[in-house]
Amino acid sequence: MLDGYADAGNTMTQDHDMTQSPTDTRQTVAEFVGATKRFGEVLAADRIDLRIRRGEFLSFLGPSGCGKTTALRMLAGFESPTEGEVLIDGREVGGMPAYRRPVNMVFQHYALFPHMTVAENVGYGLRQRRPRLPKHEIADRVIRALATVRLDDFAQRRIWELSGGQQQRVALARAIINEPKILLLDEPMAALDAKLRGEMQRELLDLQRSLGITFVLVTHDQEEALSMSDRICIMGHGRIIQVGTPQDLYDRPRSRYVADFVGKANIVEGQIAARHSGWAQAALGNGVHVLVQDEPDDTRTHVDIAIRPEALSLVRRSDPTPAATAALPAMVTHRTFLGDHTEYLLTAEGIGTLQVNAPRAAERVAGGHDVGAYVHVLWPEQTGLVLAADS
Amino acid sequence: MAMTQFRARALLLTPAGLWYAALLLLPLAVVLIFSFGERSAIGGYAPGFTLEQYANLPARFAAFRNTMTLAPLGTVASLLIAYPLAYFLAVRVSPKWKTMLLVLVIVPFWTSILIRSYAWIFLLGGKGIPALLAQIGLDDVRLLNTPFAVLVGIVYGYLPLMVFPIYVALEKLDKRLLEAAADLGTPPWRAFLQITLPLSMPGVLTGSMLVFILLMGEFLIPAILGGGKVFFVGNALVDLFLQSRNWAFGSAVAVALVVIMLITVALYTRAVKRFGASRDDVGLM
Repeated sequence: MLDGYADAGNTMTQDHDMTQSPTDTRQTVAEFVGATKRFGEVLAADRIDLRIRRGEFLSFLGPSGCGKTTALRMLAGFESPTEGEVLIDGREVGGMPAYRRPVNMVFQHYALFPHMTVAENVGYGLRQRRPRLPKHEIADRVIRALATVRLDDFAQRRIWELSGGQQQRVALARAIINEPKILLLDEPMAALDAKLRGEMQRELLDLQRSLGITFVLVTHDQEEALSMSDRICIMGHGRIIQVGTPQDLYDRPRSRYVADFVGKANIVEGQIAARHSGWAQAALGNGVHVLVQDEPDDTRTHVDIAIRPEALSLVRRSDPTPAATAALPAMVTHRTFLGDHTEYLLTAEGIGTLQVNAPRAAERVAGGHDVGAYVHVLWPEQTGLVLAADS
Repeated sequence: MAMTQFRARALLLTPAGLWYAALLLLPLAVVLIFSFGERSAIGGYAPGFTLEQYANLPARFAAFRNTMTLAPLGTVASLLIAYPLAYFLAVRVSPKWKTMLLVLVIVPFWTSILIRSYAWIFLLGGKGIPALLAQIGLDDVRLLNTPFAVLVGIVYGYLPLMVFPIYVALEKLDKRLLEAAADLGTPPWRAFLQITLPLSMPGVLTGSMLVFILLMGEFLIPAILGGGKVFFVGNALVDLFLQSRNWAFGSAVAVALVVIMLITVALYTRAVKRFGASRDDVGLM
């Protein structure tokens, strides 16, 4: 569907979090306003500004220590911001303890109560309500919650009798039974094996759609974030780097950090030769010119250009170069067959290492390239993107 | 293969097996046999078969009463003092201080219990705490040679044995469970009752059982701080075997004590099954 970076006609759905005002609580379920969290010298969250839309599936994505967990814990009430505000439903909740907040969390290692049965775990939140709920209502809702996560027959089981996936479902049921304003998920898939993870991701998505609850997920797994989220908030060094839909972030990474973190990207240096309404003519290290997308107000001459490995293709040196395409001379150094596509690593003269992913279907027709082969890397016009300087 | 395994098992169990046979089962058998015998004319033991010694047990009622009241009381008092301390050490203390404070809990063990108990004679005696109380107008308070003095002594002596099992249980407690409880709407004090306390019960039961069993057999502290007025079954045994030289009756008293302990351990095991069914880490002691 997407061939490298977006083509000229694609209008970007930019994130308007910073400009929208005042807060519309029908659309915004929670908001960070300049939320900052310090642990001694460490700045865990640095002036976070973000609106979480009602009913959306939002992911905080980033490597460990990027501040994503701190952001989630500020929503849950386990941390209160050192500066700035956290609002839930338009109410400032900075000083509100976790046990009063209308949000629930699925913990990374589930944190199920080992001295209670599955049913007791799931009903725990309802039993905490004051004034007390009638016993039969709690029992009914426990049964329904267990049915929602397909654990009907496990009510009387002990926690340690369950598999990892079943424990995760219990954790999920224990949270959603309280009908939280926001369901917080702290790397819930991290402890599951790959196959189960995919299954749980689909179940989680179905659940989110059927319940209509806002989900906020913290993950370091970019595939998980891409496949599940309506929007992704990419974090680094305690700050928000970029917020957008998965497609936005993949097609229009604003920085090297995002381009590197979401999918794979070749990042090459370029000298701007000419600019025209959002497009830039850039000379690569080997002197070849490519036409790439740029911000209209960009004035830099020396830039980093990102291009996805699947946007590039390979031909033999003797083959003709198609129109509106730059041909970069290169040599194949590694070739990895991955079934649906083949991953090539090449050394391009004057540029450095490039990765090219060739779809299997194309290789069946045109044949592959051996390690050591001299080839042309084809770079079609209007693919590739000038990256903003990393702040 | 099976043979090798059998040999390995036999080899592993032999030392402990011999130890128990020679030093536990054999003496117990001797005591049991003695308890059905008679006191010989010159003291010690004369063979026989009579239930007379058991019929005579009420003569030592006071010792059993003291033991059966002060041992549970001492256990409960130790528990009430040890739990907050263990909680503080396991949950609240920064790692920097933890090791040092834990060592401080053990330090008393480096000195003989005899010497430490003697120290309490001075603290509780006429020139110690009573003298201080006299300063604020509380005259004639007698502490030494009272059940209270014995209670103070046993709580002081056995506190570390209560602190450590509870500390270990609390230390192992996953703190995220408390976050989960808070997340689900539980204020901290209720989370303590619903999560922390039940999950630390294995430590509480282990510590209580350790202290209780040792207190049942205690004789040193009552001897020193009870001044012959507050005596335990242990003191009665010392008296019967070493002073009165009535071994047969002494054996009957010993057997009665062992039976009481067995009943207690049986009750304990049932309690563990109820509280600790979810945990595989509950040892009998």
